[in-house]
Amino acid sequence: MIARPDFAAIAQWVTPNAKVLDLGCGDGSLLKYLKEARGTHGYGIEIDDANILACVEKGVNVIQMDLETGLSGFEPQSFDFVILSQTLQAMRNIELVVKEILRVGRQGILTIPNFGYWRRRIQIIGGRMPVSEDLPYQWYDTPNIHLCTLGDFEAFCRSHGVRILDRHVMCDGSDVSLLPNLLGNLAVYRFENM
Amino acid sequence: MHSQSPSAGIVTPQIAHFEAPLTLKSGAVLDTYELVYETYGTLNADKTNAILVCHALSGNHHVAGFHSEQDKRPGWWDNMIGPGKPVDTDRFFVIGLNNLGGCHGSTGPSSPDPKTGKPYGKAFPIVTVEDWVETQARLADRLGIESFAAIMGGSLGGMQVLSWTILHPQRVKHGLVIASAPKLTAQNIAFNDVARQAILTDPDFHAGDFYAHDAVPKRGLRLARMLGHITYLSDDVMGEKFGRILKNDVFQFGYGVEFEVESYLRYQGDKFAASFDANTYLLMTKALDYFDPTHHHRVSLSEAMKPAQADFLVLSFTSDWRFAPGRSREIVKALLDNNLNVSYAEITAAHGHDAFLMPDPHYHSLVRAYMCNVVRSLGL
Repeated sequence: MIARPDFAAIAQWVTPNAKVLDLGCGDGSLLKYLKEARGTHGYGIEIDDANILACVEKGVNVIQMDLETGLSGFEPQSFDFVILSQTLQAMRNIELVVKEILRVGRQGILTIPNFGYWRRRIQIIGGRMPVSEDLPYQWYDTPNIHLCTLGDFEAFCRSHGVRILDRHVMCDGSDVSLLPNLLGNLAVYRFENM
Repeated sequence: MHSQSPSAGIVTPQIAHFEAPLTLKSGAVLDTYELVYETYGTLNADKTNAILVCHALSGNHHVAGFHSEQDKRPGWWDNMIGPGKPVDTDRFFVIGLNNLGGCHGSTGPSSPDPKTGKPYGKAFPIVTVEDWVETQARLADRLGIESFAAIMGGSLGGMQVLSWTILHPQRVKHGLVIASAPKLTAQNIAFNDVARQAILTDPDFHAGDFYAHDAVPKRGLRLARMLGHITYLSDDVMGEKFGRILKNDVFQFGYGVEFEVESYLRYQGDKFAASFDANTYLLMTKALDYFDPTHHHRVSLSEAMKPAQADFLVLSFTSDWRFAPGRSREIVKALLDNNLNVSYAEITAAHGHDAFLMPDPHYHSLVRAYMCNVVRSLGL
């Protein structure tokens, strides 16, 4: 199993033995990775049956619930980190999710695909919606309803009382430092309430 | 021969006799009592592979396998437990017992009171979930089982699992709480009370001493079961199964059995009334009503679960309105608040509360996967 490129970036910020909550945890790979790399005590939230089973098979704690309704049942500040890895763009209520991340977690860690990546810009200029390996969907079947650029997300944070603590921008797994909003296709943020 | 998937085979119930007096939660004391139980699989040398199955309202010790070659029906959870099944008896040593107060061989209201030689009847004390856990722990002592690899149960059985993890945290490594609740709601208690009233007001009940009168309060027990049965199914599954189908195509303009659903319920009621003890039914429903780890809100459920150390798998079923998913989520929250390992799945199923007894593939895959990890984590 090859870890997704953002796993290491997320793990670098997670303190050893931290209590983590992974929203939309998929098959539990990230939680397993963090447990092995950082000794974390983790839980995942997932809605899909097949993913729930995959988590149970891995021995990863998973709670089946719909994230879109918030994190009722989770006490305020009960986690060191709440992680949302490549899920935000598929969610309906972004404001609620980000608010809930920082209600339940002391810090949030979030991974988003960068819609401002130059190849996507070129596809738009060419007159078509971007389709790529990391965002392989057509406009009509995409689950990604809230795509944004790094600039958009950072503006959102400023206007919603969210302080960005760290940012790690990547392109196909390699770090990007120059013109991140143009050259990066994936970004990981660590943030907290202002 | 019993075809389909392999079963635990022919099993013989065993009886454990206990002489040490048992003081119940009510204060009543039972000087001696017996528990009937069955086991499947082999207890390993370290005695670390034992699983206890706690039964629900009308369950018993006959969890898996058959009692004879001629036996047509296997134990009540045979689809879950057996060789190669989700709870694999090639790896685990599984124990099913009939709870104290039952009517399938353990001491209960229909058993003879040693003091009089006649059935206890109304003299049999009401037992609680906590009392059951105490007797189950004594049975474990008898079998030399220090701690269980897992304790599992559905519905009222799930309440026993919760109670175990609170009362004997060191003795439970994993708890499987299925289609259960941390305590009953008013609506749920109300259903139980109507069922009890049906029995208590049956003229054949004789205040619980019907044995002496050579009577059986069948009408009451039948009504109780019919009511219960409705609540264990979902509206959808009843609609699908029976709809408005009539037995004889046209209305009879009378009060006989006309709709299929009436026929079905009466059949279920009759079958149950012929095989179950009315006093046991009363006692089991009362144990359900009384169960409340929070002791009437004296503490929160999270505080009540504080002693627990086990890892948990909590499962609910979408169409179960008697023990609805929301009730399982309350359990999950209390476990989360205590930083315990827990996984929770809400299984899409049409069968209502009864779904926990059905062989749903996803449900069984989840239990199988969880039990594989139990094997791994305990090095079995």
